Parts: sequence; C-alpha cells; structure tokens
Amino acid sequence: MATLPEPVERLLDAALVGELTVVNAAGRPITYPLIPLYDGEKVYLTSSTLFSRKLEHIDRNPKVSVSLTDPVAVGGRTDRVTIQGDARVIAEDPHGGWERLLPIWEKKEPSIVSFLKVRVALPLFFERALIEVTPRRVLYWSDGSASTAPVVTLVGKEAA
Amino acid sequence: MRSTPELDARGGLEKLAGYPFHVLTWVGDDGYPVSVAVEASVDVAGLAASFDAPAGLSVPSGGPVSLTGSHIRPQPGYGYDERRHVTVWGHAAVGSDGRLVLTAERAWGWDEKEVPFFEYSERSLGQSRKYFDALSRERGTPVKPRLSLGFLTLRTTRLPFLTATIVPVILGILIAAHHGAFDPLTVLLTVIGAAFVQLAINVSNDVFDTAQGADDANVTPTQFSGGSRVIQYGLVSFRQMATLAFAFYAAAAVIGLVLLAIRPSIELLLIGVVGFIVGLGYTAPPLKLVYRGLGEIAVALGFGPLMLLGAYVVQTGGALSWDAFIASLPVALLVALILYVNEIPDRRGDAHAGKRTLPVRWSSQAVVLGYRVTVIAAYALVIVGVVAGWLPLPALAVLLTVPLARQVGNGLLPNYDNPYGLMAVMGVNIKLHLYVGLLLIAAYVVVLAAAAVAPGVPLFLH
Repeated sequence: MATLPEPVERLLDAALVGELTVVNAAGRPITYPLIPLYDGEKVYLTSSTLFSRKLEHIDRNPKVSVSLTDPVAVGGRTDRVTIQGDARVIAEDPHGGWERLLPIWEKKEPSIVSFLKVRVALPLFFERALIEVTPRRVLYWSDGSASTAPVVTLVGKEAA
Repeated sequence: MRSTPELDARGGLEKLAGYPFHVLTWVGDDGYPVSVAVEASVDVAGLAASFDAPAGLSVPSGGPVSLTGSHIRPQPGYGYDERRHVTVWGHAAVGSDGRLVLTAERAWGWDEKEVPFFEYSERSLGQSRKYFDALSRERGTPVKPRLSLGFLTLRTTRLPFLTATIVPVILGILIAAHHGAFDPLTVLLTVIGAAFVQLAINVSNDVFDTAQGADDANVTPTQFSGGSRVIQYGLVSFRQMATLAFAFYAAAAVIGLVLLAIRPSIELLLIGVVGFIVGLGYTAPPLKLVYRGLGEIAVALGFGPLMLLGAYVVQTGGALSWDAFIASLPVALLVALILYVNEIPDRRGDAHAGKRTLPVRWSSQAVVLGYRVTVIAAYALVIVGVVAGWLPLPALAVLLTVPLARQVGNGLLPNYDNPYGLMAVMGVNIKLHLYVGLLLIAAYVVVLAAAAVAPGVPLFLH
C-alpha cells in the first residue's frame, strides 16, 4: 500500500543517498548520509554494527527524519523532501536479517552483491541492523527552494 | 580510539564552505527532526554561517541546529564513490541583516580521501563490540558476529600463506629425491607436519600480537598484513585462538616425533627444536624476535633453511648437503621480503605497540633500498649456485620473475603511506616468492625427469 505522495516515492526510488537525522540524548539532531530503501510502504536504511551509534539514539528516541536534498544523488531532480517518521531498529539477525532488502539495495549500489560474496574481507560491515521508518509527515519542496514553504502531507495514523 | 580525526568548529566550517548547499536541521516542537536545504554563507573567521530563514518553517531561536554538507559521485553500474560529509552544530539567532546566523560550536565529519573506508571501519571496531555486548545483555545470551565455517577457517588460519611452507618443503624433498632418497610415507608426514607448524605460528602470532596490543593498535590492516583480526572482530575469542595455536603446535610436535621415530637423526631433532623456538619466539615473550627487528631473520631462517633442510634430512636420514642449503637461501630471502613489505603498512600501529620492525626503524628510502639489495641478492644466489654447480641449470628460469621484483621495488615508494594502494604491491611480492619457489621446484622436476628418461644429460655445470 503506497503511503507517500507519488513524487516523493519517485525521489526515494532514485536516491543513492539521503540524510537520516536522529536525536541524541541531549536533544541535538545528528545527521547520517545513508542509502534510503523504499518498499512501497516504509523507508528502510541499514547500519553496520561498526557505525551503530545511530541505533542507540533511535532506541532512545524513535523520532527521526529522512531527507533527500542532493540533486546529484537523485539523478538530477531538483525537488526535495523531508520525511518525518517513527523508526524501529530490527536487529534479530545482524548476520543475515538485513539481506531481505538486498534486491532494493543492489538496484542502487550494484557492487554491494560482489562485496557480500567476499564478506570474509570485511566481516563486520555485513553485520547489520535494519532501521524501519514509518512515515508520519512529509515536507515537500517541488522546486527544491527553501524560499517557498513546503507542501505538508500527513501520512498514516497522522492523516487519519 | 576515535573513528574519525578530531574536527573543531573552525575545521568543520572550512569543510562546510566547500559544499554547494547545506542541510539545515533542528528538532521541531513535536520532537521530530526538520531538515531543509539552504545555501549558507560561511564565515570561518567569525565561526558562523548565515542563511535565509526557510519559508513556512520556524527555526528555533537560540536552540540547537546543525548544518550538514554531504557529497557522493554516482558511478553507474557500481554505486558511488567520493563519499564525504560534515556537520557543524551550533545555535541559531537572527542577525542584523535579518538572516539567520548559526554560531558554530562543534563539528564532525568523514572524508574517505582523508580516512579510507577500511581504516574508518577498523577505527570503529569498539562501537561494534559495544553493540554486540548490548545485544547480548538484552537477550541474555551471547550474540556475536559470524562467518561461514569455510571463511572463518580461511581467515583464522591464514591458509593461503601456506605457500611459504609448501615451497621450501617440496624443494627439500625433491633435492633429496635427486640425491636418491625418497620415501612417500615420510614425504606425506613432512608436508602435513610442516603445514601444522606454520598454522601454529600464524595463530599464535595473533594471540601474542593481541596480548601485546600490536593488532589492536593497527588500524590499517590489509588482506596481507595486520594479522587475521578474528579476535579484534569478535569472530573467535582470545581463549579459542590460544587453544587452536596449542592444538596446531601439538599436532606438529606429534608428527615431528613420529618422523624422528621413523628416521631418527640428531640433525632432524636440532632443526625441529630450533624451528619451534624461532616459530614461537617470533612474537612470544621473552624472545619477541619481530618486536626487536629480528622478524625478517627469523622468517628467513624458519621458512628457508629450516623448512627445506628439515624436509631434506627426513628423507636422507640426517645427511645434509650444501646444494640443499644453497637452494634454501633465495627462498629464505624472498619469504623474508614478504614480511618486510607487509610490515610497511603496519608500521604506525607496530611503533605504537613497541614492535620495532625494520620499517619502524628505517626511513622509507632505506626500506626500499633494503628491498632492492635483498632481492638482487636472491637472484645472485641462484646465478652463483648454478655457476658453482650447486643448483641445476633450469633454475636460471627464476630470472623470468625479475619483472615482478622490479614491479615491487618501483611500487613501494609511491604507495608507502597508502596501505590500500600498497596492497597490490604486496600481492605481487607474495607471487614473486611463490613463482621463484615453483620455478626452483620445476628445475628439480626436470632434473629428476631427465635422470629417468635421459640419464647423462648434463643439467649441472659441475
């Protein structure tokens, strides 16, 4: 079931990199560039255990945002979006649980599959958790400019 | 250990100024982060960045905000590269011109040109350990990173490096066969026993290097250097590695005793005892040979004369020969050069752990000169050995590998400070030892074949 406006879905599908922002214990926003993976309903990101501090922040405070702002990373598109949502860390099986999203990841980063085949070279990179973001509110700038107010769309239970 | 270099507000702003746009982020009243792309003017000297207030949104005055710049270069069919990002945090206030001004307080970022991804990963091992510890506490059962048994065995034992053993052992066996001594059972036991010796050394090196902090201090390991790192990665525990090392040493000792029982000789006993002392003492206290700059000599001795003559005397029942000893020398020099080159990327971590290897002690120019002199000596020994009649004429085929040696010699300086660039050079250097060894082996195969099918063909100059 699609939950996001169509242009936003297309941006998510195109984006090689977006910015995940989490909130730390001091209330400070911390931004991490990551590959957004969209399955038609929720936005997923994955994090190696090597770079897992963001997961600690999410466990403490699940309110996050995913923004897509870089025209270079979205195939030249100039529209921009910030998706606010609730995040959940899925870490049942760090070794292979994340691989269910591999087909979407591979579309954006084809080399990941060949790296995975030789995971012996960098084993901890492939011990990963999934971050599942359930969208709540979307801020969309059709022209990408902050000089115009974003179109705000409520999603999911926020919209109900 | 920091995973990225220390970055202060000024440094962060300097980097931020290089990005064409910036992502302004703050935490909204409802607790969700808000991000919007702005084009900030960066004032590094004033430790500030100013930008127009985004329309329709309320940036908290005096509240914590951040500006992030990030960059990738898409690579169709591959993914992307040139990853870098920086975030500067501070507090925002309305400036005299009506624009918002962020007063920078702190910064963080990563640029893979400054800290390559593999080093960044190694520097982040502590975070991974912390994560698995927390997961284990949460579940009440140990949760560890995993590898398939095959990959884990390969990584833990560093199995591909067995060529360092196979080359001298087979060569020793063939020279003994040329001298009329060949016994299939003891040949088999020798190969297996020698392999156990090297596996024991490989694993115990990791145990002692970990105990002495050398492997933990090394943040630039490569495919060929820096140990197996299975302890650092949490794949195998320190105790399991120590047990495995003991098991390999025990297996090697049992086979050594069986060989002594079958072919008793004081020479074999001496070679076995010296080999054990040099192998264990390579990293283990009190000798710690590699920590004292004697690693190359220990490796040359162990994987040159000791392995080759050990295999030789098992076949001959204790008789030694000059030509076997001469044949072991180029192999010894080239195997020592494997260690020598592999120590180059490790030198900072080694120095930190008090491991005074030659690349730690010497300048880069001296290290490269040392490589060239040693590799020339290896070829000179083969030529002299052939001219003097100790080695067979076909052994001159090793000269075919000179281009590989030149490739290594020429590749060291340009990659001296780039561990990942040096990886290809290290790979060629390992091939050099293997190919020279195989060509020497082939030379003796030719000698044995000629003796069988065309006796009297002169394959030695004397």
